[in-house]
Amino acid sequence: MTGFDFSNYNRNAALHARGVPLPKATSTGTTIVGCIFDNGVVIAADTRATSGPIVADKNCEKLHYIAPKIWCAGAGTAADTEFTTALISSNVELHSLSTGRDPRVITCMTMLKQHLFRYQGHIGAYLVVAGVDPTGVGLFTVHAHGSTDKLPYVTMGSGSLAAMSVFESTWKPNMNREEAVAICAEAIKAGIFNDLGSGSNVDVCVIENDKPTQLLRNYMKPNERGQKERDYRFPKGTTAYLNQKIISKEDMRKYISVEEASGDPNLMEVDS
Amino acid sequence: MTSLVNQQPHSEAIGYSFSQSTHAPNKQHSFYPYTDNGGSTLGITGADFAILAGDTRSVAGYNINSRYAPKVFKIGGDDETGEGAHILLSVVGFAADGHALKERLDAVVKMYKYQHGKPMSVRACAQRLSTILYQKRFFPYYVHAILAGLDEEGTGALYSYDPVGSYEREQCRAAGSAASLIMPFLDNQVNFKNQYIPGSGEGHALEPKKAGPLPRSTVEQLVRDAFTSAVERHIEVGDGLQMMVITANGIEEIYTPLKQD
Amino acid sequence: MNHFPESWGRPRDDIYGTYNPAYLQSTGPKAHTQSPAVTGTSVIAVKFNGGVAIAADNLASYGSLARFTDVKRLRKFSDTAVVGFSGDVSDMQYMDRLLESIDIRENYSTHGNMLNAKNLHTYLSKVLYKRRSEFNPLWNHILVVGFDGDKKPFLSSADLLGTTYSAPHLATGFGAHLAVPILRRLFPEDRPTEDITKEDAVKALRECLKVLWYRDARSLDKYSLAIITEEGVEIKEDQRLENQSWAFAETIRGYGAQVV
Repeated sequence: MTGFDFSNYNRNAALHARGVPLPKATSTGTTIVGCIFDNGVVIAADTRATSGPIVADKNCEKLHYIAPKIWCAGAGTAADTEFTTALISSNVELHSLSTGRDPRVITCMTMLKQHLFRYQGHIGAYLVVAGVDPTGVGLFTVHAHGSTDKLPYVTMGSGSLAAMSVFESTWKPNMNREEAVAICAEAIKAGIFNDLGSGSNVDVCVIENDKPTQLLRNYMKPNERGQKERDYRFPKGTTAYLNQKIISKEDMRKYISVEEASGDPNLMEVDS
Repeated sequence: MTSLVNQQPHSEAIGYSFSQSTHAPNKQHSFYPYTDNGGSTLGITGADFAILAGDTRSVAGYNINSRYAPKVFKIGGDDETGEGAHILLSVVGFAADGHALKERLDAVVKMYKYQHGKPMSVRACAQRLSTILYQKRFFPYYVHAILAGLDEEGTGALYSYDPVGSYEREQCRAAGSAASLIMPFLDNQVNFKNQYIPGSGEGHALEPKKAGPLPRSTVEQLVRDAFTSAVERHIEVGDGLQMMVITANGIEEIYTPLKQD
Repeated sequence: MNHFPESWGRPRDDIYGTYNPAYLQSTGPKAHTQSPAVTGTSVIAVKFNGGVAIAADNLASYGSLARFTDVKRLRKFSDTAVVGFSGDVSDMQYMDRLLESIDIRENYSTHGNMLNAKNLHTYLSKVLYKRRSEFNPLWNHILVVGFDGDKKPFLSSADLLGTTYSAPHLATGFGAHLAVPILRRLFPEDRPTEDITKEDAVKALRECLKVLWYRDARSLDKYSLAIITEEGVEIKEDQRLENQSWAFAETIRGYGAQVV
């Protein structure tokens, strides 16, 4: 058996009809962009993942690997972008192996749109596909329902309008690498500061002809948290307990290997 | 006259429309009179002060309306600047209702002073606010209000309300979208919930850490830490922190910038 | 005549047909504006040193139809304020009439019209809040620009729910998504309003209108622009967008494999 398991479909439909809400998926209410330049293409993303109004991940990765020179930026349901890109990445590699050629962006985009179209939008993946291949530079958007677009600059996600405002007011043809990276980063920043679904840092991926792909993780960090004003370390013994059992390191060594951690063992995560 | 033939020709009674109900089936209204403008507020009292704080972001959906839209107001002040006020009100939820509520309470407190020649006590103001909210029981002010001031003894007083007027005096309260993030922190750090005195006893005899009024500097630090943390994990909280501190000397306003993403 | 006295003199169903009770509805909801009909899109405004600039295009749409292409959505109020309307155009004209009657009434008084933009905004937001509380909203989102009581530049918004807020730059409708990010980028918070010249502000507004024209399907390239300073109000109502860039279009070929 391959593909999705639909065996709980009827049960879930019945539950939903009786008012049981659907489970809430982590969504990357996102800003993602892409822009081609004279020798390649840049894609960029913010790093906030949300679940409703709550920030689920402050520094998640929305730039997904497809092939060494094809990358994808994903918006929408986090799991769908993750699994869809992983699946297509896998199939692209197999295809490349069986044909004995470098994978093409158009191939990857076609596989994505056919996969997403089959599921009629239920796979909530909104993608920006970019890369270079023997035919040249490619930049596409793929919507969850399977439609695609081919443009010199694209934006997607909840911050797409904020990001597009940057492109529409400052984009010019025939940009070089530095200009393309700058405009993409500026577009992501517009999303970060104007769209509540986007936030934290800027990730950039530069794919260039005849050069290795560069993933510039946290290319910009315009939202670093300041120092907390108080110390929230609790004195040992603050938490009440009714009984205790101490297992020493020596006891544990009988079953597993134990190593000393580096750094001060008394420090908690809140002290960083 | 075809209708005569068609409509039950042998029937005795002749139909008249007046016997019918004039009630048409209710139509569905598509206009929804509320919105959520996001944000959070927080109040903590001390021995001789009360602090009321709120972030200054106004939100509509995934958009930021304004980075500076205050949620904490001085009530009963002499003029537009609010000078001479001795009561604070914070409102979070639907901003238009919040604004209307603040204007109403402000008018009430001013009228009280003009009519009685003395300022309204915080206790009386708290009761009046409850009445104002309950008057709109079936079309409520969609806000979570917190009222702060100093009571007759000069100690900090804080009253928190639900949208329809149920209220209670408390030591501390968080309201708004990040209330569920901030309130547990306050329980632990202000009322020392879940904290025990180390080595004070064995098992059930272990003594809980006793809560008492905190000094002002500590409370200010807690408020700032609560908000910087809420900003990290709630998308609707941010931009700025407006803190109002009320003491016997009057009201002091402190503004701290917050992250804007 | 029959033995039902209450029916004497009443129209008989067999002669006149049954009466549609919907016409005689004494209780139940009254039909109010449930949705806007003819609408205007974004209004955008920026504060600058010594005044405020505001702009809106001249289109009134009927759904997706560009119905009226010469509608002025910026209304001057007695040389002291300008109100920009987006949303329902009939409700805009009603509010305009309210403003007109206030202006006339004030001018008949001994002190003349002393209302400033801030007073006007307070008034209009209360009208909007009252109407939403009666479940009969005025389907508009407005921006009010001018000066406050201290002669400082004033810019504030009010919507159909009565929600109000102000900021150094504001936009309604689609402009809130597309224009505000541009304005916040050009005029960041750490750049004080005093550093922004009138020319900067107007240039920024024109840029925003251009982006809206590119991307808002309910917009127009004909627009109105008002600048309000100490000297008074200057409204230009027949502006056209210039220097549009469609350079990106040259290279576009299809949506996938197509290359020619």
